[in-house]
Amino acid sequence: MTSAPVLLRQSAEEQAARLPPLLARAEHLAGAVLLGDHGRRRSGMGDDFWQYRPAQIGDSLRMIDHRRSAMGDQQFVREREWQIAQSVMLWVDQGASMRFSSTDALPEKADRARLLTLALAILLIRGGERVGLTGTRLPPRRGNAQVIRLAEMFSEEHDEDYSPPEHRAMIPHARAVFVSDFLGNIDDARIALTKAADRGVRGILYQVLDPSEEAFPFQGRTIFESMGGTVRHETLKAGDLRNRYLSRLAERKAELQELCSVAGWQYNLHHTDVSAQTGLLWLWRALDGGRSRA
Amino acid sequence: MTTIAGIGFTAPWLLLGLILLPVLWLILRAIPPSPIRRRFPGVALLLGLMDDESVTDRTPWWLLLLRVLAVAGMIVGLAGPVLNPQLDETAGDGPLLMVVDGSWAGAAGWAGTRDALEAELYRAAANNRPTAILQLSAPEPLVMQAAGTLRSSLPGFVPRPWQPAPDQVDVSIAAMEDLGGFDTIWFSDGLEYPGRDRVLETIETAGNVRVIQSGSAVLGIRPARYEDGIVQLTSLRQTGGPEREITVNAEGLDPAGNARTLASLQMRFEAGATVSNAELALPAELRARVSRFEILGHRSAGATTLVDDSLRRREVALIAAREGREGLELLSPLHYLEQALEPTADLLRGALNDVLPANPDVIVLADVATLSDSESASITEWIESGGLLLRFAGPRVAASDVSRQDEDTLMPVRLRSGGRSVGGAMSWGQPKTLAPFSDGSPFFGLDVPQDVTITAQVMAQPDPTLADRVIASLSDGTPLVTRKKIGQGQVVLFHVTANAEWSSLPLSGLFVEMMERLAVSSANPETAAEDLEGTTWTPNNVMDGFGTLEDAGALPSVPGPELLTGAPGPDLRPGIYQSGDRLMARNVVGMSTALTPIAWPDRIPVSGLTVAEEMPLGGFFLGLAIALLLIDIIASLALSNRLTGPQRNVAAGLIAALFLIPTPPNAQQTQDPEDFAVTAAAEVVLAHVLTGNRDVDGIAQAGLTGLSDTLFFRTSVEPATPIGVDLEADELAFFPILYWPITQDQQRPSDAAYAKLNEYLRSGGLIVFDTRDADMSGLGASSPNGRKLQQLAAPLDIPALEPIPSDHVLTRTFYLLQEFPGRHRGRDVWVEAAPPGAEQVEGMPFRNLNDGVTPVIIGGNDWASAWAVTGNGAPLLPVGRGFGGERQREMAYRFGVNLIMHVLTGNYKSDQVHVPALLDRLGQ
Repeated sequence: MTSAPVLLRQSAEEQAARLPPLLARAEHLAGAVLLGDHGRRRSGMGDDFWQYRPAQIGDSLRMIDHRRSAMGDQQFVREREWQIAQSVMLWVDQGASMRFSSTDALPEKADRARLLTLALAILLIRGGERVGLTGTRLPPRRGNAQVIRLAEMFSEEHDEDYSPPEHRAMIPHARAVFVSDFLGNIDDARIALTKAADRGVRGILYQVLDPSEEAFPFQGRTIFESMGGTVRHETLKAGDLRNRYLSRLAERKAELQELCSVAGWQYNLHHTDVSAQTGLLWLWRALDGGRSRA
Repeated sequence: MTTIAGIGFTAPWLLLGLILLPVLWLILRAIPPSPIRRRFPGVALLLGLMDDESVTDRTPWWLLLLRVLAVAGMIVGLAGPVLNPQLDETAGDGPLLMVVDGSWAGAAGWAGTRDALEAELYRAAANNRPTAILQLSAPEPLVMQAAGTLRSSLPGFVPRPWQPAPDQVDVSIAAMEDLGGFDTIWFSDGLEYPGRDRVLETIETAGNVRVIQSGSAVLGIRPARYEDGIVQLTSLRQTGGPEREITVNAEGLDPAGNARTLASLQMRFEAGATVSNAELALPAELRARVSRFEILGHRSAGATTLVDDSLRRREVALIAAREGREGLELLSPLHYLEQALEPTADLLRGALNDVLPANPDVIVLADVATLSDSESASITEWIESGGLLLRFAGPRVAASDVSRQDEDTLMPVRLRSGGRSVGGAMSWGQPKTLAPFSDGSPFFGLDVPQDVTITAQVMAQPDPTLADRVIASLSDGTPLVTRKKIGQGQVVLFHVTANAEWSSLPLSGLFVEMMERLAVSSANPETAAEDLEGTTWTPNNVMDGFGTLEDAGALPSVPGPELLTGAPGPDLRPGIYQSGDRLMARNVVGMSTALTPIAWPDRIPVSGLTVAEEMPLGGFFLGLAIALLLIDIIASLALSNRLTGPQRNVAAGLIAALFLIPTPPNAQQTQDPEDFAVTAAAEVVLAHVLTGNRDVDGIAQAGLTGLSDTLFFRTSVEPATPIGVDLEADELAFFPILYWPITQDQQRPSDAAYAKLNEYLRSGGLIVFDTRDADMSGLGASSPNGRKLQQLAAPLDIPALEPIPSDHVLTRTFYLLQEFPGRHRGRDVWVEAAPPGAEQVEGMPFRNLNDGVTPVIIGGNDWASAWAVTGNGAPLLPVGRGFGGERQREMAYRFGVNLIMHVLTGNYKSDQVHVPALLDRLGQ
């Protein structure tokens, strides 16, 4: 008879055996990004030197930098750059529609989304930020253990076709990253963004699409089904639908862009046939750039 | 059978089905293809979109065409098409006789004849006609039987090396007359022979006649002649055709005894000419070796001519007692011999000791009495190996004591002293004439001219052996020529002089003929039949119809004149015949043979040999239809985009199987060396030596995969998939490291492979030997694997080794390590020994060791097992126990990383760690 702890450890190891590839790939991807200076570019609390400024009335004597002041008659105060940990909340679409890839050569959209998000999380955690999921399941924390937990959460899969963005329990003035194909009902995205804007949360809408969803390379009599099989549409001539489908897709993108500009978010589109590196770089710059503007 | 456009149909009415094809086209056009189910997340955007037209996509025209063609193929196939339908007037259902000439003239095209024969038999069998085959050159009693049974006896029909002889024609006609009425197909060789008209007459009275005759020319070659130092060759063909060039090869044995082509000669028939002459100049040595001439690419007995002694000029050494008496040429003992032999033999002159090393065929001693002991010994030796010593008597022999009391070795008989002289001025009696030659004599059959008289001779002592040794005698019975065999050779003594002093024999033609019979001179090609009168010739080798020589076996002997003049037949087979020491070739085509084409009467239909065979095409059309349908399946799937993933491979496989395209063989073994080089050199690749043990090789591969992954994740080294290396076949230069697990049953690499390995070691490669047995024993010859390692590594160029010192660069190339565990935690890992002068400098953490990468690392810790991972990256084999084991595995990986870093960066880390000490010295 096998004892319970042994079984537990065995199943834990089996679970963990699935994690390392994603983690390792994410780490490998993150390793390619050099961490630049990501201070707030203003004086405040922090470790790095920012500037010397003449002492003013109101500065306590303890704040005077004697080494600098001894070089002349004026007294200087040494200011440090303001460094503060931000909370970044992530949401990755776990819906069935994300588990689509048009050919074997391309990764599933979900796979790419997880990889990008996890790599971003690793970068952020290395930069000292707190990272968590939207919703209540995993509040933002720092430390490498959080990466493991994130990886675990990302590995889950939901059954419903299009899952709405999770917008509960958003921390005010935090940052958020939503990654999805946004092919489902756009009202969910609107609600989520409105709520985020209400709370002063800014962030990124990151749309991940398969190239075949952009090209619609289908001909002939076809029954289209969603990944979960709940939605279907039959056509006699798929080729004729192409232009109208493409215009609807463009409409959807424009709508998302519009939503973002209203809410002060950033929007970008990623295709699974492009390298993950470019996607990660954009995400990283987008977060970084947003911070420098603040 | 109905014929349409040259193709016959067994069921032509089925072709009416082709009319339905346009209807089928319309029907197929009207039916839409079935819908495809397709998973597509973007369907949410499609909802509510309506189709503009209600008409569906049509099947593309080419797919329609494919299907219609398939149906058409099926209809045509079922209609039973037959290519080259044979519509024959002589077709009937009566008995059928197949007459085959079967002479040498048909040998060159015999395969074609036999195929045509088989095709006709096939048809006869299909029509249930009783059939018989008659080979005119070897007639046998005729029995009509089922054609099918005759087919099995076809391989027994071979062409004979002769043409049907008149008596064979008679036998054949008699056999045919017994049969009654029948139709005839005559497979003719195209060469006229006496009696053919009579055969044609007989079969025409019996029924219909059809002749099948090859259109190609019959070639023949006449016996080679030797004139004026040049070999003359003449080729014949039976009809003058366009200009044609043929190659004649001279075949023979080379000095090593192997059959080979000694010379080759181009001959040209002018347009319309039937005879072609050519000359071939050959050195005497080569000429003597030629055993046959044959026309290249024309295997028949007529296109082969055997060569006997006629091309071979015998070497005759002439030695006389007295030389150079000027002005007395007619008295010279050698004059008449020279005159007789000059045309047909090469004469050698000189002292006996100078001549013997040239190994002449014949040595003539004219009136030489005494020989020194050494001369006598060497001549005896020469005779025993086949030489012919021809001695002539004379005054010196008569006066000497040679062979008086005891028989001299080099004399056939004992001689009385003095000799005798008859019919001279001082003696009584008439000069003696020659008696007719007796039966056992080589001269038997030669005419004895009456004007040959003997006036003096030396006399033989009566002895018991004398009678056996006499081969020619005088009319009074006294021996004139005696002979004695010694070993393989013989001594012949003419009891008269070689000049005309004692007899008129040298003046007569008989003298020349006697020389010829004794094989002193070679036979002339124009040897007359009379010259061979009385001789009997046994066949040595005979030719078959294809011109191939075979052993004669127990074939009967042939009388000489018959050999020359008789027509070849079962009793006189062409070949090499022997009589005594003489060889004579009997060829199919003689000096005067002419090749005459057959002139068939106009009423006889003559067709070529290359009859197009009847070929049923039904299977072909049906197969084509099925193939088209298979293509249709794949094309339909491809059109509806259902060919994805593995299905596409299946489809490709189907197509490949359909067209019998050999699938590309599995990589590695038959890989193009260039592809291998590109794969191996494009990226850093770890390699392991294939041991032939699948388990070990698999673990080595998995281990290197695990190590590659570790390197990929932890360092900037990003290796590609590891490669198993076959030491014999693969180039090693591309690999920075070879991991070599030792197994006991491993093959020892070849010397070439060791040369490659040494080259690899010298040019900076690193081999890691892993005996994989550190759990059982330390390193050394104490374990079987250790002994195997010693055996394998002995031919390698390996420097002195030592256990890894604690300051070796391997301990710090990436991680800081002090032990190197694998799956086992053995102590000893050996590397190249430090140079003897290496000493630790005060203040330095380690010695300044050797400058390069150690060429070998030898250990037994079974590292590959510790590194090995499964396909999804989980460890393959357990290491140690619990978490301690995982720690050991981690250490194994760290050793692996250090190892690869050491290979790729050499002693870089050694230098880098010097930096603080150097800076310290510089006073910073």
